[in-house]
Amino acid sequence: MNNLEKKDIILEARGVTKKFPGVIALNNVSFKVHRAKVNALIGENGAGKSTLMKIFSGVYQDYEGQILLDGGEVKFTNTRDAQSSSIGIIYQELNLIHNLSIAENIFLGREPLTPFKFIDYNKMYRKTSVLLKELNLDLDPRAPISGLRVGQQQIVEIAKALSLKPKILIMDEPTSAISDEEIATLFKLIKLLTDQGVTIVYISHKMDELFQISDRITVLRDGRVVDSFKTGEVTEDLIIQKMVGRPLKELFPRTHTVSGDEMFKIENCTLVHPTIDGKYTVDHVNFTVNKGEVLGIFGLMGAGRTEMLETIFGLHPNMSSVDVYIDGQKTNITNPSGAIKAGIGFVPEDRKLRGLIMMMNVRDNINLASLKRSEKMGLISEKLEEEYAGQYVEKLKIKTPSLHQKVANLSGGNQQKVILAKWLATNPRILLLDEPTRGIDINAKREIYALIDELVKADMSIVVVSSELPEILGISDRIVVFAEGKKKAEFGREEATEEKIMKAAIP
Amino acid sequence: MPQNRYKEILQKSQSLFALLLMIVLMTILTDNFFTTGNFWNVLRQISVNLCISVGMTLVILTGGIDLSVGSVLALTGAVTAGLLKNGIAIEPLNILIRYNTFGAVSAGLFLGLILGLFNGVVITRFKVAPFVVTLGMLTIARGLTMLWTGGYPITGLGKFSVIGTGWFLGIPLPVWVTGIVVGIFMIIMRKTRFGRYVYAIGGNEQASHLSGLNVKRVKIIVYAICGLLSAVAAVIVTARLDSAQPNAGISYELDAIAAVVVGGTSLSGGRGSIAGTVLGALIIGVLNNGLVLLNVSPFWQQVVKGFVIIVAVVIDRSNKSE
Ligand SMILES: Nc1ncnc2c1ncn2[C@@H]1O[C@H](COP(=O)(O)OP(=O)(O)OP(=O)(O)O)[C@@H](O)[C@H]1O
Ligand SMILES: [Mg+2]
Repeated sequence: MNNLEKKDIILEARGVTKKFPGVIALNNVSFKVHRAKVNALIGENGAGKSTLMKIFSGVYQDYEGQILLDGGEVKFTNTRDAQSSSIGIIYQELNLIHNLSIAENIFLGREPLTPFKFIDYNKMYRKTSVLLKELNLDLDPRAPISGLRVGQQQIVEIAKALSLKPKILIMDEPTSAISDEEIATLFKLIKLLTDQGVTIVYISHKMDELFQISDRITVLRDGRVVDSFKTGEVTEDLIIQKMVGRPLKELFPRTHTVSGDEMFKIENCTLVHPTIDGKYTVDHVNFTVNKGEVLGIFGLMGAGRTEMLETIFGLHPNMSSVDVYIDGQKTNITNPSGAIKAGIGFVPEDRKLRGLIMMMNVRDNINLASLKRSEKMGLISEKLEEEYAGQYVEKLKIKTPSLHQKVANLSGGNQQKVILAKWLATNPRILLLDEPTRGIDINAKREIYALIDELVKADMSIVVVSSELPEILGISDRIVVFAEGKKKAEFGREEATEEKIMKAAIP
Repeated sequence: MPQNRYKEILQKSQSLFALLLMIVLMTILTDNFFTTGNFWNVLRQISVNLCISVGMTLVILTGGIDLSVGSVLALTGAVTAGLLKNGIAIEPLNILIRYNTFGAVSAGLFLGLILGLFNGVVITRFKVAPFVVTLGMLTIARGLTMLWTGGYPITGLGKFSVIGTGWFLGIPLPVWVTGIVVGIFMIIMRKTRFGRYVYAIGGNEQASHLSGLNVKRVKIIVYAICGLLSAVAAVIVTARLDSAQPNAGISYELDAIAAVVVGGTSLSGGRGSIAGTVLGALIIGVLNNGLVLLNVSPFWQQVVKGFVIIVAVVIDRSNKSE
């Protein structure tokens, strides 16, 4: 390696292999991180991206191969080690403490102190304010995390990483839960950071983002580096092909036609605001979904879409009212089990918090909502359980070494498929999907779109909430636009355009 | 078979290994540890703690705790003994209701169930922390025991005491009782929906609720079971001593919690097993017995026991991280 390149490479993985029980997550991976550049990493779910980042940040210490920082080998024994070498990381999963405030979370473990060794709250709040302002987040540093949307929490994580003033900042899917506006702010900040000489490692499944901000793109597949490009010298199609191993078929497969009658009708869906009197989080919303139809619901973050799905599913029985008609029958739903009995399934947006039992295995998670059918004379039959779970693992192509793998050890996309499997196992007539492809690679996305298409063809009715316009436009038969808890507009598939939808979505 | 299953089995056999090591050690160090008489003695001694620990395991698996088990044991034992010995007098009507063994035991068990149910209902309906509710119940039940007994033991229970001292097919009756309890709950936890739901709720309550599980009901049942099993333990204790002591069961909650955590069940819920608790109770039981046989002073016994609990859990945790 010549001297020039040496200076150019700030961090490097050389022949790194990392094994988990039953899985080789990284297989002889070499990856160079270029100084003061945005180094993007892309690959399917489970390709090993997060694992590599966790080795860079000192989470995993037992790997084969070398990590070089500024040309010299380093071996971090913990995450603090990496921190003191100026490597900061924003993990894919949120790691905030919910009952602490924003400021307390950001400065957790390194609180500024007064001369008498008490926490200097004033200083902490002041510093937090500055950070939040940089990120355009208009929130009180004293606000507890529990009151924040997932997107806002993500930004707090970013602020936390920035507060450490790292020289290398690793971002593992930082944009999976934040709004377009917030993404734009983040990108400006990334630009600013690289101008100041900070190196960025950036992971995302969103192709357009990579092309927008990265300088280099490295593709990982099945734990190996398949190729590495300068961003200007490569096309999206080539990247996808490298990622998937073959050219991708059409992203939005569409074989169904809506012909069915009205299946699902929501009238006057209303949810009162938890703190402000006289305000509604969901404000008298009406809509219908036909048999075999995909209804897309678009809105900016905080428009009340998630809350509406929750209300329909019976999660806010004391603060809401709604008339639900299924197949023309008025149905009274006061809790999730009632909703499931009525034939409704609900895939929530927050996988870790509400979707999965992380310490349970794949089989038990898939069967959780439909365990009854695995019973024989009051006892669970392991054989039936495995059979049912196995079917879905196969059908949804869930990548797991076995049915007994803990879901915590699956990659994000495969976790999402497990949740989908859990709901499909209940044989729902109506499926409510909240951001179903968040954090999912493009191939898995396609598989999920194909699955949605297949399900509606079998006469299911599906409601999809999404913040991604292309997704909404690609899969919906009809589109409802939300803003500030209200339904603002409705478009048929043919008349809908990005402009029309955005115009309706902005309050 | 997947590798992580091997690992699981290896981890389980680790506490088994610790137990065997202790048995070998005690056998070498003392003359009368490894005898048939002492074998049954140890099992009889742990039968009470293990019975309570089974209920405690369920509660802890949901992420809760039950501190009232010792007092519930005292109260239900006293009520059983009192009914057996004196019956109930309804003075205005001049009636005295007498109880046979079956009636008195049933009444005691029923009372245990009700007390546990009360814990569960308050915890779930009013969203009070289990620690607080069961701490309250600890005091309430102890107070009621004093009121019922007037602070004096109820002794001389006749045939009833056979339950504590008798043998059946060469096995002491208390061991039968606890053995059956353990067997039933092993099946329940492994093979029924209820068991699975207990794990799910302890693992992630919100996700469980969203999956249509009746979280409140499962929790209430769990506390009711814990109360019931405390009452079962009370029957054994009372019968063995042929008397109900008003201060019976003091600090039994700690022994039970110790057995559960030594057995590898996580205090934050969602992870653990009845089999683990059986091992935990055995380890603590063998240790107690061995220290007595070794003539270690009771003061030192406590110190040693405390250390063993901490060490066991430390080893368990360091295995499970990563
Ligand atoms: N702690 C763990 N124990 C066992 N297996 C693991 C663990 N962490 C990751 N894996 C496995 O290693 C592989 C790589 O996972 P990793 O999280 O690095 O993927 P990823 O590329 O980040 O995927 P995603 O895009 O879904 O986030 C996957 O097969 C995953 O199941
Ligand atoms: Mg990842």
